[in-house]
Amino acid sequence: MRFAAGVDVGSTQTKAVLMEESSGIVGRALVPTGANVSKAAENAFLALCREAQVDAHDVGFVVGTGYGRYKIAFGNAQMTEISCHARGAHHVFPNTRTVIDMGGQDSKAIRVGAAGEVLDFVMNDKCAAGTGRFLANAAEVLGISLDEIGPLSLQATRPVKITTVCTVFVESDILSYLAQGKKGADILGGVHLAIAKRTVSLARRTEIEPAITVTGGVARNVGMVRALEEVLGASLQVSTDSHFTGAIGAALFALEKLDRSFETTIWRSHEPVHGSR
Amino acid sequence: MKTEYRGSIHQRQKELMTTWYDRLESSQAVAMMISGNCVELLEAFGMVPLYPEINALQLAIRHQSLEPILVAEEMGYAADNCAYVKADVGAWIKGITPTGRPLPRAALVLCNFVGCNTYVKWFEHTAALTGSPLYVLDVPFLRDDEPSEAAVTYVVRQLKEIIERLEAISGLRFDMDRLREATRYSAESEALWSKIKRLCQSTPAPFDAYFDAITLMGPLYVYRASREGVEFFQAAHEEIARKVARHEGVVPDERFRVVVEGPPPYSHFRNFRDMFTKWNAVAVASTYSTVGGLWEFGFRHDPDHPLESIARHMLEQNVTNRNYLQRYDQIERYVHEWNADGVVIHFVKSCRLFSAGQGDMRDYFTKQRDIPTLYIESDLEDPRYFSEAQIRNRVDAYFEALEHRKQTVGLKVQR
Repeated sequence: MRFAAGVDVGSTQTKAVLMEESSGIVGRALVPTGANVSKAAENAFLALCREAQVDAHDVGFVVGTGYGRYKIAFGNAQMTEISCHARGAHHVFPNTRTVIDMGGQDSKAIRVGAAGEVLDFVMNDKCAAGTGRFLANAAEVLGISLDEIGPLSLQATRPVKITTVCTVFVESDILSYLAQGKKGADILGGVHLAIAKRTVSLARRTEIEPAITVTGGVARNVGMVRALEEVLGASLQVSTDSHFTGAIGAALFALEKLDRSFETTIWRSHEPVHGSR
Repeated sequence: MKTEYRGSIHQRQKELMTTWYDRLESSQAVAMMISGNCVELLEAFGMVPLYPEINALQLAIRHQSLEPILVAEEMGYAADNCAYVKADVGAWIKGITPTGRPLPRAALVLCNFVGCNTYVKWFEHTAALTGSPLYVLDVPFLRDDEPSEAAVTYVVRQLKEIIERLEAISGLRFDMDRLREATRYSAESEALWSKIKRLCQSTPAPFDAYFDAITLMGPLYVYRASREGVEFFQAAHEEIARKVARHEGVVPDERFRVVVEGPPPYSHFRNFRDMFTKWNAVAVASTYSTVGGLWEFGFRHDPDHPLESIARHMLEQNVTNRNYLQRYDQIERYVHEWNADGVVIHFVKSCRLFSAGQGDMRDYFTKQRDIPTLYIESDLEDPRYFSEAQIRNRVDAYFEALEHRKQTVGLKVQR
C-alpha cells in the first residue's frame, strides 16, 4: 500500500488528508493554524497519521498548499490552493466546472476544465471583505459562536441591509441595527446576503458554468450556501469534506508523484524545502 | 542562477545616467513628464530634461519611497493619490534625492500633459514648491485612431510658445537646424530601439522586455535625440543580437513567454521579478516600455517636419494618451508577433490612469480572445500595497494553469 498526503495550511485552520492509491481518502486531520505555521503543518500531518494508523515514514509524498505551503518543513513540494481546490472539487464532484472557495481571509472563483484543471481564476484583492473573517467578526459582535450563525441566519424574516462589506466597519453596522432593536437572525440574514452578493460579483468575472461547487471552511455554513444560491439563482454542490477540498487536491497531486507521472503533468511549482523526506 | 541580462551596455548605461545627473547640476534643466516627452526641443537648446518620475522610481527601487510618501500624507495628500506624486513632493520637502546630492531647481516646469491629468496638479505643486515657472502643454486625448489635423496644429502652436519660453530662459535664439538634427538622432535611436525590442521575438528571448527594458529606457528618454543616444543603442543592439545568435536566453530553459501590462512594483522590483524567474518565465514585450514612446510599429520623429512629428508623438505614439481599444490591439499584436503564451496585468492602486479598465481588459483577453491572463494588484511606488503572499499565490497559480494548458491543449495561444 502506498500513501500520499496533502497539507493545506490556511490562515485559520490547517487541514491534512491522507490518500492510499487504490482506496482513496483514508484519513483527515484539522488543527488551528495559530502563530506557528510550520508547527501547525507538522501537527496536522502527525494527527493524520495517528488517525489513519499509518507510520509517517510510509507516506511516500507530501504536497503542501495554502498560504503557509512554503513553511511546511517536511513536505516534498508545493502547489497553490487554486490548483488544489480545482482538483479536489473535481475529485469529489467530477461535474464541477466552477469552484467558489470561501476561506478565512480570501474568497476565490475558479473555472475548472473537464480534467479538473484551472482554466481561469479570480480572487478578492488585498481586503478581507466577503470572507470568513467577515462572518467571524459579525459572530463576535453578536456574541454567538461561528457554528451558530448559519442556521440562525436561515430564520431571518426581514434581512437587514448591510451597506458595508468592510470586515472592520461591519461591526458598527451591526451595533447600529442592534440599537434599533433588530433581531439577530435578521441581522445575520443581511450579513450573509452581503457576502453572497460580493462573492457572486467576484465569481461573475469568470464565466460561471454549472455545476458549481462551494469549497473552503465557509461552505460548512448552511446560511452562506443558501444565500449564495439565492443570489446566484442556481443550486450549489457542497461536500461534507468541503473544508478539506484543498488538502484533497494536494493529496491527489501527491499521489500522481507516486505514480511517477508528475513530470508530464502540472507539476512545476516546487521550491527547495528543508528536510525533504 | 543568472536571471537578468547584464552586459557591457549596462556599464555604459550607468555612465550615461551618471553623466545626466552631473549635467543636471551644470545645465539648465526642464522638468518634464516621460510620456510624450519632447526631449528634442531641449536638445536644440542644450538643455537637460529632469524627470520627476525617474527620481520617484529610483527612490522606490532603493527602498526609500515610504518616508517621503508619509511626509506627503502628513501634508494632506490622500492615501490613494498617485504615489509618484507623493514620493516626489515628500522627497523635495525632505531633500531626499536618488543621488544623495541636491537636484537642481528646474528652469521651467513643463507639464506635457499626456493622458494623465494628475500630472497637471503634480507639476503645479512642483512649480509652487520650487518657485519655477510653469507651462502646461495641453495635449488632447486620442479618442480616434489618429489625431485630427486641428489637434496637431493646436499642439504645434503650443510647442512654438514653449520655444519662445526656452529662448527667454536660455538667452539663445531657436535654431531649426539644431532641432532637425535632434529629431534625426531620435529617429535613428527609435529605429534601433525598435530592432532591439524585436530581438525578443526570438526564442529564447535575449532580455526581459519588462524588467530589463527599464534599464534601457533611461537613455531612451534622456539621450535619444543625441549622438550619444544613437551610439548607445547601436552598441546595445549589437550586443543583444549576439546573444540571439548564440541562442542565449535571459532565463535558463525559457518555459513561458508573457506580455506584461502596467508599470512594475518598483518598491519590490527584485522580489517581483524572482516570482517569474522561478517559473523560467520571460516578458517578451510590455506596454510599460512604451510610455515614453511607441516606436516598434513604425513611428519615427521626422527631421523634415520636426514640430509636427513631436506633436504626433505626444498625441498618438505613447501608451498613456491612446485609447483602451488601441491598447488591446497593441497587447494582442505583442502576443501574436512576439509569440507569447499569455498576458500579465499589474494593476497599480495609486495610478487610475494606467489601471482604470484593466479588469475589463482581463475579461476581454480571457473570455473573448482565449488568452490566459493574470491580474495582480499592488503599486508602482508605495511598498504598503505589495502583499507578497497574495501576489505569489496568483503568479504560481497562473503558471500552474499555463503548464496544464501546455500539457493538454498546447501552450501557444490559439490563433
